[in-house]
Amino acid sequence: MVEIQVNGRTLRVDAAPDTPLLWVLRDHLNLTGTKYGCGRALCGACTVHLDGVAVRSCVLPVGDVGRRAVTTIEGLAPDRSDPVQRAWIELDVPQCGYCQSGQIMAAAALLRLHPAPSDADIDAAMAGNLCRCGTYARIRHAVHRAAELARGEG
Amino acid sequence: MATENDRATGAAPVRWTRRDFMGSALSAGGLVIAMNLPLPAKAATRSGRAPAQLNAWLRIAPDDTITILVDRSEMGQGVYTALPTLIAEELEIELDRVAIVAAPVGDAYFNAANVGQVTGTSNSVQDAWVKLRTAGAQARTMLVAAAAARWGVDPGECRARHGVITNAAGDRFTYGAVAADAARLPVPAHVALKPASQFELIGRDLPRTDTPAKVDGSAQFGIDVRLPGMLYGALAQSPVLGGWPDSVDSTEAGKMPGVRLVLALDSGVLVVADHYWQALAARRALRVRWNPGPNATLGDAAIRESLRRTEAGDPGLVARADGDADAALGRAARTHSAVYEVPLLAHATMEPMNCTADVRADGCDLYVGTQVQQLSQAAAAVAAGVPPDRVRVHTTFLGGGFGRRLDVDFIPAAVAGSHALGRPVQVIWTREDDMTHDTYRPPAVERISAGFDAAGKVDAFKLHIVSPLITARMFPPVTGVDPEVVEAAVNCAYGIPNFLVTYTRQEIGINVGYMRSVSHAANCFVIESFVDELAALARKDPYDFRMELLATKPRHRRVLETAARLAGWGKPAPGRHLGLALMEGYATRIAQVAEISVDGGVPRVHRIVCAVDCGQMVNPRIVESQIESGIVFGLSEALWGEITIANGVVQQTNFDGYRVLRANEMPQIVVELLPSEEPPGGIGEVAVPLVAPAVCNAWFAATGERVRSLPLLSGRAAAAAAVRRGSGNNDRGSAPRTTASDK
Repeated sequence: MVEIQVNGRTLRVDAAPDTPLLWVLRDHLNLTGTKYGCGRALCGACTVHLDGVAVRSCVLPVGDVGRRAVTTIEGLAPDRSDPVQRAWIELDVPQCGYCQSGQIMAAAALLRLHPAPSDADIDAAMAGNLCRCGTYARIRHAVHRAAELARGEG
Repeated sequence: MATENDRATGAAPVRWTRRDFMGSALSAGGLVIAMNLPLPAKAATRSGRAPAQLNAWLRIAPDDTITILVDRSEMGQGVYTALPTLIAEELEIELDRVAIVAAPVGDAYFNAANVGQVTGTSNSVQDAWVKLRTAGAQARTMLVAAAAARWGVDPGECRARHGVITNAAGDRFTYGAVAADAARLPVPAHVALKPASQFELIGRDLPRTDTPAKVDGSAQFGIDVRLPGMLYGALAQSPVLGGWPDSVDSTEAGKMPGVRLVLALDSGVLVVADHYWQALAARRALRVRWNPGPNATLGDAAIRESLRRTEAGDPGLVARADGDADAALGRAARTHSAVYEVPLLAHATMEPMNCTADVRADGCDLYVGTQVQQLSQAAAAVAAGVPPDRVRVHTTFLGGGFGRRLDVDFIPAAVAGSHALGRPVQVIWTREDDMTHDTYRPPAVERISAGFDAAGKVDAFKLHIVSPLITARMFPPVTGVDPEVVEAAVNCAYGIPNFLVTYTRQEIGINVGYMRSVSHAANCFVIESFVDELAALARKDPYDFRMELLATKPRHRRVLETAARLAGWGKPAPGRHLGLALMEGYATRIAQVAEISVDGGVPRVHRIVCAVDCGQMVNPRIVESQIESGIVFGLSEALWGEITIANGVVQQTNFDGYRVLRANEMPQIVVELLPSEEPPGGIGEVAVPLVAPAVCNAWFAATGERVRSLPLLSGRAAAAAAVRRGSGNNDRGSAPRTTASDK
């Protein structure tokens, strides 16, 4: 048994401590918004927040999470109200959509650190999140837009 | 096809004929599952009465829940928005009042151009353009007739708007109130469709219907299917492509936590456990003796060599013959010839292959992200030992398709596991499984030749394409030249009087598959690079040279002119170099200009400018996003795309070895969509093929080095010096980068 905090709830999970957090979220907790893409922290599809910091859940053993708060795409905001989600909707960023949970979580973590990121900040923060549909240009645009929305410049 | 190929495709050797494929269709009206799209509250089913089915694509419930069934798979290209828009336009309903669900397998969903219920060839909108507007108009006509009958008035006095029918007296019925009556009326044979001037939805940037679910994690991909009692499977497959398990020792694996089943299949060894991580751990504990089969010594160098030998030794089957190219070459004042090559590629969809099967006594429910519902049904039926009509296919969102999900090799193991255990089983391929057991984009070797007459005009053009034949495995039999191998060549627009395109099939021992833009990518790279070579030989500007060859092609001229103008053709910024490419494909005309600089011996791509004439557009914002998407996809291929094989084993296993473009490597992309009154063309694939020739032509402009083998960066840093001044002779056996001849 492992105890973790996910999206504001404390949960006990019957999983071996070496199980990556990704599979605990997906298979044990049915939080399938967090995606499997590579298993080696190469693609970013599995990005979640750990105490607000973007991490790759596919290489993080659940036993190492400890008391840190896990936030997944399902827990980012109610009703798709996070500025990042609002910007993503406004600009219709997703195509196939598979990588977008990870993109959104990476962007949300970036904006926490850099409320007004430059293109270079965005490139640096988002370079680890692959998108085979090639939505990068819209993502960059949407991160800037999300920053505006977060500042109340709706 | 060789049986070794069949071994790699599933739990049992499965072959389909085109007839089986067509015959496996169910009638419409099977079980439909919602895609977890967040519907407005009013759209949620709350009525006790069943919705009325007005046609294969439309259901209207008494509570005014309007459901549109989409028969093409949503893999990012926007069909869950574009296709419902076509129906909604004529139905007189707002798109955001419609619930979208995936269609089941059904005869009505047959795509004639694809010979089946198939999402591919960029023809979803082309296929639906008249069909779905007609379906919407028919339904509207029936609803109006039903309302008019209730009122006892002439339907001509009634009007349908925003889901409500009104008459001259001001009475009103919602669609839901008369839908059941309407469904009993005969379908009108002839309905008038709105002229484009009256479109209210078509041509507007309506929001995608799938976006909300894709920003909150609720969109359900195949890998996200969760069923009561579901177990998870991992499939061990032969490291050598085409191999199979000779023997399996599962003693250790069977003792691992959570393991429920170890099952040897022709395609590999399936391990099923309570959780996927347990299945993966148990898979590592298997002791499998693999029979490598016929590919134990296969390598990509030998594959290339076999293609080159075939190119040199066989004239090929004729796919296009205008005039007499050989005679024209024989009398030419000057000729030029070169050999080009493209490598194997992996699709590398972000969502690895997976399938969920629930086999019960009454049949099988299959939950899968697929581009081929009928083939999926047939594959599951064989694996479950039931007739195809007992397999209900539930199409999920696809986490990328790119043609990979036209294959069904990832389906049988899930069915076999569920059949053995009597519980739902989800089999997931790891990224490594996915990358090392793809149905790869085939390699090609192409010799291209041209002749100038005494006046300096291009009088002869000859292209010989050598590659494996995907269609022979996927949709046999193939007679004559398969159109899928000569794309962008048989319809090449350049006005050259003697034009010959030939094809020779050369299999390579492994399965190859359709990949986004299929042979357009190879053939456009070859033709557009070579046209640049000819321009250089003629000492003409590549833009002027092309325009002279397009005198009778106004749509081509317009895209080329637009892209060149927007890119500042002829006056690049200091240190920048430009390259052009042009193509017609999927009934769309498109041109690109790449702007690069040279940085440490490698190209840095700063900007891609693209002009597109794809006819009328249903949703220009989605068109633009697809063009951007194709450019990014094409740039990954151009710079790094290459699968290599050693001793039958694919050498790239994940995104470290198989590099694709990242956010920080993005060029600026400028897309210009040209207004057009022509019927719609395809947009999902058409931007991919031009990137490589545009970038390579820019590379030539920068360095004088002609790139005749992709990817551009394959060993380039190390080999740059050796390649730059190669042998320059016409020895067909030499490396293609230096294989060119002049007389």
